[in-house]
Amino acid sequence: MSAFQDPELVKGLASRIARLAEKLARRVTFMEVCGTHTNAIAAAGLRRLLPPQVRLISGPGCPVCVTPVAYVDRAVALARHPETILATFGDLLRVPASVGSLEQARAEGCRVQVVYSPHDAVELAAAHPQARVVFAGVGFETTVPTVAAALLEAEERGLGNFFVLSGHKVMPPALEALLADPTLALDGLILPGHVSAIIGARAYRPLLARHPIPAVISGFTPVDVLRTVAELVQQVVEGRAELVNLYGRVVREEGNVTAWSLVERVFVPTDARWRGLGDIPSSGLGLAPAFASRDAAQFPATLPAPKEPPGCRCGDVLRGLIDPPECPLFATACTPDTAVGACMVSAEGACAAWYRHERMAGVA
Amino acid sequence: MKLVAKEELRGVVELSGVKREVSLMLLPEAEVGEYVLVHAGYAIARVDQEEAEETLRLLRDVLAAEEA
Repeated sequence: MSAFQDPELVKGLASRIARLAEKLARRVTFMEVCGTHTNAIAAAGLRRLLPPQVRLISGPGCPVCVTPVAYVDRAVALARHPETILATFGDLLRVPASVGSLEQARAEGCRVQVVYSPHDAVELAAAHPQARVVFAGVGFETTVPTVAAALLEAEERGLGNFFVLSGHKVMPPALEALLADPTLALDGLILPGHVSAIIGARAYRPLLARHPIPAVISGFTPVDVLRTVAELVQQVVEGRAELVNLYGRVVREEGNVTAWSLVERVFVPTDARWRGLGDIPSSGLGLAPAFASRDAAQFPATLPAPKEPPGCRCGDVLRGLIDPPECPLFATACTPDTAVGACMVSAEGACAAWYRHERMAGVA
Repeated sequence: MKLVAKEELRGVVELSGVKREVSLMLLPEAEVGEYVLVHAGYAIARVDQEEAEETLRLLRDVLAAEEA
């Protein structure tokens, strides 16, 4: 819908935010937690339309970025097994493991296949009955139902050689960890539109009752994001802390019940480790006992001691403690072509978005 | 993207003349003619066009009133 990019509306919203911000007693910080928001905000140059009192930061919204190095190590170890075809989305390929990466394993002759959809990995399993096809799945609530659907399809087609290495994560427990962290002092949350399309507005209500804060479910166009910022500023000015759904054309209170019921059939909550945030209870999804035979974690793998790239401050970027340019490696040792850390590797990462869109614009 | 064809749980979506097959396993209720959000080959949500237009209309009204 091109009207959601309408320059007149964008201009009108920017002036509205500026007027509202005059009533702010101090600078406010709003965090988004979705790689698509990270990119949308940077690509549209929205920071430059905001008054200095309003700061937008990125949180742990890039799936590949929050995936701990131990997961990538396991994926690489599995890919090195001669019987394995490892299928995954493209942005996991170049993420550094403790030793090498999936891309490097592929260059050395391992069968690593980039797929557009988990369904394509099921087709790989059908086409290569002698191989063990492992789908390395990272991603949040938007992606998990597609993996659940693919696994159920493999089940239905009797493809016993389709496996999932689940690195999936869910957002509400991570938000709760962020809100409980006194060093962050956030003034508002920009909630992820596509994740919310699946889990619904209702998924945030319990945690926002425990940690009241202005929170807005937002779409991704410039008009969507600016409406969200205006609402957040207004709530701060008026001393309110409410959950508002400004992406009503896609997000319903109950979410996509069909999609989530598939997730609940296939996966169960597990404790999970996040880069930057550490261990968060019930923030991951592992395969349910009924599908344990499809769990690629069952295969023996020799793993190195997990090692993060030296000097990389991806973890601090993911908590919103620093903006990407505050990392000494940013745009020096670490660029999209020579990425040191996951936040620069993934197109959804905050470092990659800043490098591409904000670096020359003097926003820091 | 607009859903232009549907047969059981397979659908075809179209964006700017480009057609692509999608799974409707996560959105079985989607109907031909509706706009859907597609992620990794699966339709995951309906996009309510009426609500979108209503949002824009209200926003234009509010901004016009504030500027006046």
